[in-house]
Amino acid sequence: MAGHSNFETNNPLIKWVETRLPIFGLMQSQAMDFPTPKNLNYWWTFGGILTFCLAVQIVVGIVLAMHYTPHVDMAFGSVEHIMRNVNYGWMLRYIHATGGSMFFIAVYIHMFRGMYYGSYKEPRELLWILGVVILLVMMATAFLGYVLPWGQMSFWGAKVITSLFSAVPLVGEDLVVWLWGGFSVDNPTLNRFYSLHYLLPFVLVGVVFLHIWALHVTGNNNPTGISVKSEQDTISFHPYYTMKDAFAMALFVLVFAFFVFYKPNYLGHPINYQEADPLVTPEHIVPEWYFLPFYAILRSIPHKLLGVIAMFASIFVLVILPWLDTSRVRSARYRPIFKQFFWLLVIDCVILGFVGANPPEGTWLLVGQIGTAYYFLHFLVIIPLLGLIETPKPRPTSISQAVLDANKGKGGGADAVPSAQAAE
Amino acid sequence: MAVSDTAEPTRRDFLFIATGAVGAVGAAAVAWPLVSQMNPDASVRALASIEVDVSALAEGQSITIKWRGNPVFIRYRTAAEIEEARSVSIDDLPDRLARNANVSESADASDINRTATGREEIIVMMGVCTHLGCVPLGEQGEFGGWYCPCHGSHYDTAGRIRKGPAPENLPVPAFEFVGDNIIKIG
Amino acid sequence: MTAASEGRKFTMTTLKQLTAAAGFVLAALCISPVLAAGDTHEAKDVDFSFEGPFGNFDRGELQRGFQVFIEVCGQCHSMNYLNYRNLAEEGGPEFPEDQVKAIAAEFMVMDGPDAEGEMFERPAKPSDFFVAPFPNVEAARASNGGAYPPDLSLLAKARAGYHGTWNQFINGAGGAEFIYSVLTGYEEEAPDDGEDHGALAYNPYFPGSWIAMPQPLFEDMVEYADGTTASVEQMSRDVSAFLMWAAEPKLEARKRIGFQVIIYLIVLSGLLYFVKRKIWANVDH
Repeated sequence: MAGHSNFETNNPLIKWVETRLPIFGLMQSQAMDFPTPKNLNYWWTFGGILTFCLAVQIVVGIVLAMHYTPHVDMAFGSVEHIMRNVNYGWMLRYIHATGGSMFFIAVYIHMFRGMYYGSYKEPRELLWILGVVILLVMMATAFLGYVLPWGQMSFWGAKVITSLFSAVPLVGEDLVVWLWGGFSVDNPTLNRFYSLHYLLPFVLVGVVFLHIWALHVTGNNNPTGISVKSEQDTISFHPYYTMKDAFAMALFVLVFAFFVFYKPNYLGHPINYQEADPLVTPEHIVPEWYFLPFYAILRSIPHKLLGVIAMFASIFVLVILPWLDTSRVRSARYRPIFKQFFWLLVIDCVILGFVGANPPEGTWLLVGQIGTAYYFLHFLVIIPLLGLIETPKPRPTSISQAVLDANKGKGGGADAVPSAQAAE
Repeated sequence: MAVSDTAEPTRRDFLFIATGAVGAVGAAAVAWPLVSQMNPDASVRALASIEVDVSALAEGQSITIKWRGNPVFIRYRTAAEIEEARSVSIDDLPDRLARNANVSESADASDINRTATGREEIIVMMGVCTHLGCVPLGEQGEFGGWYCPCHGSHYDTAGRIRKGPAPENLPVPAFEFVGDNIIKIG
Repeated sequence: MTAASEGRKFTMTTLKQLTAAAGFVLAALCISPVLAAGDTHEAKDVDFSFEGPFGNFDRGELQRGFQVFIEVCGQCHSMNYLNYRNLAEEGGPEFPEDQVKAIAAEFMVMDGPDAEGEMFERPAKPSDFFVAPFPNVEAARASNGGAYPPDLSLLAKARAGYHGTWNQFINGAGGAEFIYSVLTGYEEEAPDDGEDHGALAYNPYFPGSWIAMPQPLFEDMVEYADGTTASVEQMSRDVSAFLMWAAEPKLEARKRIGFQVIIYLIVLSGLLYFVKRKIWANVDH
């Protein structure tokens, strides 16, 4: 691991613990002194924000579990009980529901940041793959959690998504019955979903730990994509990045609070305030917004099995992204053409989101198909080709050099302390 | 790092202290809903009082009803039981306080202070042993009142602790007669 | 200028145009309603007191709305998630406690079993749930020509009067407006679409325009205790507000606490900004 411990103390108790379990030294070297590139911008604050999101969801979720009843006859009523009777129950539930959306906003920004600056490239491939695993577990957790209030969209969302598994050849039907514990989504399904929804966040904690461990082995990427070359390129994580992250987090919580207190139901669906009715399907079954692009990919292919495969492939393609990218240069800052394609991909994903919210007919179906095709085209064709044909812009020799150049470019920097020589 | 050379707080220190203080206030404010949610909710609080009809209760009979999740003993005491309870000297009682929510906190544990004025034959009290919360058995024990089988506490006919590990008399909840035979508890 | 660099310039320009075009499509999508509303009208805009970041309920309006609910809607619709005690709680109609007791006592609830093992009926208490007009869904259907009058506790949150991503962000989902629009939106003259709609009533504000509920409100149907004229618009408005409260009884506390939280976070963000700047002041970055 980068950075070794130089932890010292005179406190005999801490010393006693430290010689048996060097946890204080670990905290000092990994959370305080950890050398971090000094040029990270605010897009890098989302890692901390995501850890915060996970903690909030777990704490509030455990609290909600004290009042929720996972039974088809009582689940919907117990959520209303939380909203109406439990002290601050309305706030806790709105935080948990909005928190899911906030978590996904942050994770998508975090992922696109990684793509823009080439954070998935060697030597951070495993770090990136662990991130994709986190995304998958998050999606499963969010899906399971959405079923628990047992509203109309909860029920029909569960039915539609679990039915995806019936597309599996040979064993599909049996697989779905196994998932349901019956012949439809019913009480056994709700019970197991509740159990798993409680379990998975702790799995997430484990994978997040691995993700951070992997990060602390390779160290952070940075906006230039140039590897750290000397100590001049880095500063300690604390207080520089703890305070920068804290500021960014406060702004993030501000947005979070705005939704919790002023738009608590905007990110959900009105029909989920109607109790689940296994006999009546709502007019439009739409997943939560963060699943819409994937839902659009699923529906753009008018074949059951292929649609499911395309949806899962859209995530799997991220796993192999480190090897699809042939460019020697990490950061889009020095890749003018890639930068354009990057933004096209962002827009494509948002368009797919809108497609996912609309019925798969007429223009919407066509737009969805074009969007899906482009999504895969981006990863499977454009990214590999770009690395071969694109001429990157000249890059600075080091992070310190880049900082120096940028400050010179600003014209200011009179009081900026010149940072040593450009390390080669 | 926030290390100052001088003993005087600098402006920089002030900023850090102020931010830390505001952050701490926020953390405390966030903790409150998380703590408060475990308190009884509005639906539990709303059921805090119940009414019991005791017209069918005959001399020497007891009923046990549930109030706030706990048993409440209501007993129509016999003349002999009342006589016995009144003959005990306060000085002989391990707990000399009435433990009756309807009288003053410092009232002594005389039999009269354990019941409602004018209806001394009816005793209403929590059926929860003051030792560790078991439910005592009626008309048992060395004093003819209640006996807790868990750890051997003996209560007399006025529900006062006489022998055993329980520290206090069985508490009398807030109650009143809202009709001749209707008791409102809570 | 070499051919290669010219070629690259061309790609760049094309790409930029492509990105711009895609962005334009995106913007268009944002503005257009997400869900095709069909031939159903968007809800009428009603200026409710509980709108906006500081809007609270109007007690008089909620009390009148409750009267309309009890005397008209409650004959067929249940209100399963409300207790009578809620009527006295802060942030609601705030009826006095004894009045709530009297309201509750007008309804009989099944209780028991008693000492003999028999179920018995007793007057409702404030801690009881609102008594439903029908014992079960089947009975409700049977008495209403096969159509189930939905429970009203959450209707104002379970229906959308406004559609579109941006529209809902600015104006909300318009659940109360939807209820108001349906209640005031019945039309005698239905367009002839060549289909037989049986006993359904024509109402262009209801999805599909045909509704099983006949027009429920007529002028002076209730006599308001506070002397307000009971026009159809007035009653609809009052009961829509009441249903919004029934669906979101903590709305006032939510906005009050929300305001405090937002102010606090702005202060904290400001302080953290200066802390961050101070710490980074000597770092070349």
